[in-house]
Amino acid sequence: MLTKEENHHRRNVSEKFAFLSLRLSLFLVMFILGVILYDITAKGIGVLSWDFITKMPKTGMTEGGIFPAIVGTLYVTVLAALLAVPLGVASAIFLNEYATQGKITRLIRISLRNLAGVPSIVFGLFGVALFVQIMGFRASLLAAGLTLGLLTLPVTVTAAEEALKTVPKSFREGGLALGATKWQMIRTLVLPPAFPGMLTGVILGLARAAGETAPILFTGAAFFLPFLPNSPFSQFMALPYHLFIMATQHHNISAVRPIAYGTAFVLLAMVFLLNLGAIILRYRYRKRFQR
Amino acid sequence: MIIADKPQKNSELPQEIKVKEQPRIVTKLSQKAKSSNVVQQKTKVKAEALSFYYGPTRALTDISFDIIANEVTALIGPSGCGKTTFLRIINRMNDLILGSRVEGKVSIDGKDIYESSVDVVELRRRVGLVFQQPNPFPKSIYENVAYGPRIHGIKKRAILDEIVEKSLTQAALWDEVKDRLKEFGLSLSGGQQQRLCIARVLAVRPEIILMDEPTSALDPVATQRIEDLIRTLASDYTIIIVTHNMQQAARISDTTAFFLLGELVEWGKTSQIFTRPRDSKTEEYITGRFG
Repeated sequence: MLTKEENHHRRNVSEKFAFLSLRLSLFLVMFILGVILYDITAKGIGVLSWDFITKMPKTGMTEGGIFPAIVGTLYVTVLAALLAVPLGVASAIFLNEYATQGKITRLIRISLRNLAGVPSIVFGLFGVALFVQIMGFRASLLAAGLTLGLLTLPVTVTAAEEALKTVPKSFREGGLALGATKWQMIRTLVLPPAFPGMLTGVILGLARAAGETAPILFTGAAFFLPFLPNSPFSQFMALPYHLFIMATQHHNISAVRPIAYGTAFVLLAMVFLLNLGAIILRYRYRKRFQR
Repeated sequence: MIIADKPQKNSELPQEIKVKEQPRIVTKLSQKAKSSNVVQQKTKVKAEALSFYYGPTRALTDISFDIIANEVTALIGPSGCGKTTFLRIINRMNDLILGSRVEGKVSIDGKDIYESSVDVVELRRRVGLVFQQPNPFPKSIYENVAYGPRIHGIKKRAILDEIVEKSLTQAALWDEVKDRLKEFGLSLSGGQQQRLCIARVLAVRPEIILMDEPTSALDPVATQRIEDLIRTLASDYTIIIVTHNMQQAARISDTTAFFLLGELVEWGKTSQIFTRPRDSKTEEYITGRFG
């Protein structure tokens, strides 16, 4: 038998131990992230210049800028958004507001969660099959953008549905009780308060898509194109793919190492800006609706 | 004078309360009786052999009940007795509940409201509902009131202005908010929010106003204002109110209906129910012996 004091002491020790190990885990995670960020920033920021982000690459990509890769990544991200946002939001509205909840909707939700976890290379191969070959877009901005859109879609639907779920029932009932049709009610009372949540989800999804390499690998990203794509059916350069080339496939890897770091830094900055945008938008809208 | 919200559970107290309050109730009712002699009585809502099921569970059993136009009808009874269910049948808000089913007949002005030809949206415009918790929309005070007229197609600013002012005046809120119509509805106090919700219902010119314990979330002063308002509105509207507060039912209603375990035990003139209830269960409930 333990005395009361001993028992108390034991519990105190285990409490301290649990707290310490949780805290250490967090520090470890932050430390690893910090090292990665520091490494890329320290080695990448030196390369950064106005010319680096606005000029074409030249002399076998050992010199010059990464302008076409930046533009290419922007283009595919916008194309991905054009597919994923309307389709994703509309699906979420149907799933959450109109569909009869039951086995089928549960199955759809489980499928969406699983789809969100499918490796991106699988989406890439699916994109090759569907957009490049069956639909005949060839390797192009359009095929790559749509593939990235598909990749983002499950995340978008799930995020949009979560946002819809946060709208209180009392708004919906209040609207219906005044004689609003269901769509009037959704449009005027459900979508506005759900908007910031949806937007955040969409932007986070797109930020992930912007950094993906595998889905664009076979669907349109090019090794070296010293000009901008001039139609949706052109091939294009993209930051993540460029980085992959510079880090592993280039004929003189050590010579282009600084450019690789610079590219990584720019990609990181773009994703960071997108996420920052999501945070700011969410914050502003939350203020508007919580007064 | 502030009156306790819940019926007293102590077995000795109710007798005293009853004795003290009876004269007051009687005088109030006799005044009402005079006025109702002038107005011809007409049945507005009629329930005939009405039963209601939530899936396999029967919530209401064989209710037959006439609700008189331009009167206040109070529905009383312990929690879970079906009074809110009955209320929500009248504007078909229960349609939203999956697996619910209505048997028997409910008619408004002689027309069956559960017939397939009935336009539920139009029905809900004619039959307004004020909820237990004030539920202003996340919009300005003005937009809250203008919401109903807008969804029913009124676009002209001048007409909307007029409706907003008239409805807020009717809801005895205009003087308090006329200088801050652009402020958020949620910035008002609880009692003001509830009057805003009443104004919002009035703005669509309903014929019947359903109220589901409209004062249960409010303090005594705000409650008094809402009660006064209900009495004033009764000259133009048919009002059906669910309340847990027996004194409230006695103060404001012309007819009282007592529900117990999904059955309508007794209904009649409020004066009769509170002084000479026919059923012993009614008497036990109103004197606070249970519930």
